[in-house]
Amino acid sequence: MKFEDEPVPGYPLPILPGHVSPGRLERVLRAGKFAVTVELAPPDSADPEEVHRRARVFDGYADAINATDGSGANCHMSSISVCALLTRVGYAPVMQISCRDRNRIAIQGDILGGAAMGVCNILCITGDGVQAGDHPQARPVFDLDGISLLVIARALRDDSRFESGRRITSAPRVFLGAAANPFGEPLDWQPFQLAKKIAAGAQFIQTQYCFDVPRLRRFMAAIEDLGLVDRAFVLVGVGPLRSARAAEWMRAHVPGVHIPDAVIRRLAAARDQAREGRNLCVEIIQELLAIRGVRGVHVMAYRQEESVAEVIDRSRALAGRVPWCPARDATGSSARTSP
Amino acid sequence: MRRMRQWSVRHAGLLDRWYRWLEAALVGLAPLWRAIGHRRLDRPAAAVERAVKGFLFDCRMCGQCVLGSTGMSCPMNCPKRLRNGPCGGVRAGGFCEVTPSMKCVWVSAWEGSRRIAGGVEAMRAIQPAVDYRQRGSSSWLREVREKTGERA
Repeated sequence: MKFEDEPVPGYPLPILPGHVSPGRLERVLRAGKFAVTVELAPPDSADPEEVHRRARVFDGYADAINATDGSGANCHMSSISVCALLTRVGYAPVMQISCRDRNRIAIQGDILGGAAMGVCNILCITGDGVQAGDHPQARPVFDLDGISLLVIARALRDDSRFESGRRITSAPRVFLGAAANPFGEPLDWQPFQLAKKIAAGAQFIQTQYCFDVPRLRRFMAAIEDLGLVDRAFVLVGVGPLRSARAAEWMRAHVPGVHIPDAVIRRLAAARDQAREGRNLCVEIIQELLAIRGVRGVHVMAYRQEESVAEVIDRSRALAGRVPWCPARDATGSSARTSP
Repeated sequence: MRRMRQWSVRHAGLLDRWYRWLEAALVGLAPLWRAIGHRRLDRPAAAVERAVKGFLFDCRMCGQCVLGSTGMSCPMNCPKRLRNGPCGGVRAGGFCEVTPSMKCVWVSAWEGSRRIAGGVEAMRAIQPAVDYRQRGSSSWLREVREKTGERA
């Protein structure tokens, strides 16, 4: 999708009527397109080129790039600085904010700072416990939870006020998102949890990995009954599994990931497991395209980022659309790096 | 004590009714509390509250009790101190992500809420961020003040 008012990279688009942000992700979603967001693994490095290199892999395939905030409670380059590097190039980042490492004073400062540097999308999440990561000796903060963070972020944007009530002079124009886990316990509570997040201000939702489409269908039907599918854009989490062993490891070690046994058996039986993992991912995306209320996918291809282009191409999720990337308008769709 | 905590969730309906009765009694006695003075009363009231609620719920004395919205399962026992429902990391069988030997506080809350009249609706209400200045103070007296519109 190409906008006639496409600005110089790094400069914001105008805010359209009915929109809250100048960002591309909100535009694509509100235009009714099936969106693709991807997760960028922040480097363990102070070299900006590593961030650029990791972003370039997605050129032409992503409407927005999520910058994770110490995901899995592992230490990496911070979310806000990855976002700052990405917006300089012109990419549309989703700044993830986790409540684990910072209190409300620090977080509100980051929302203002991120918006000042061109961040148009913020994903408010609670965050994994410190026990899951490489610094289990750290002190967990959790001054806020994902929902109280949404309430505070929305008040900054809509009321121009800090949580304390003190006024700010220019509000952050951000599209607010939240995470959901349709596969988490207690299963029958999850639709209500999503309802709370939407009531607290979430406008888009990125879910945990989906490897169980029937269960997702039940979840989508439940949120439709609650009247939620038209109140937020749901992007379902997907990703290629590298092998049966990798899947087993994820299931055991990454909090909240649900992988049915049948998926692991299918991978284990394949001659080329990585290829089978990609096939499975393509099939899942194709099934998602047909589910009412699914407005996009969020691709988390940890350590397999180079396979995202192939998976998105084969699934035809973008339906021929080429999301913005630095070289797109210079050379057309040949800006894509692969395949 | 986790066993007592589980008992309270199993009897959430009973405790909720008892709590409503207690609240009505405390509000009814508001003139007495006013005569003594809330500030003077806060420490002894908090001590009683700590003993009773500590025994029944493993209360952490956050000072802004929401047990009626959490199925009588104290959310401050969640290692992430979540006030608005479970995180996405609850383990299979309903166990805590951070402390796998413990049942998730919010899985219990969901069970307890369904035993309380209006409990599901109450759990769906959005809870604001915790005010850490209230820690250690009596939430019963606070409740009386809110119901009668008094100040401390």
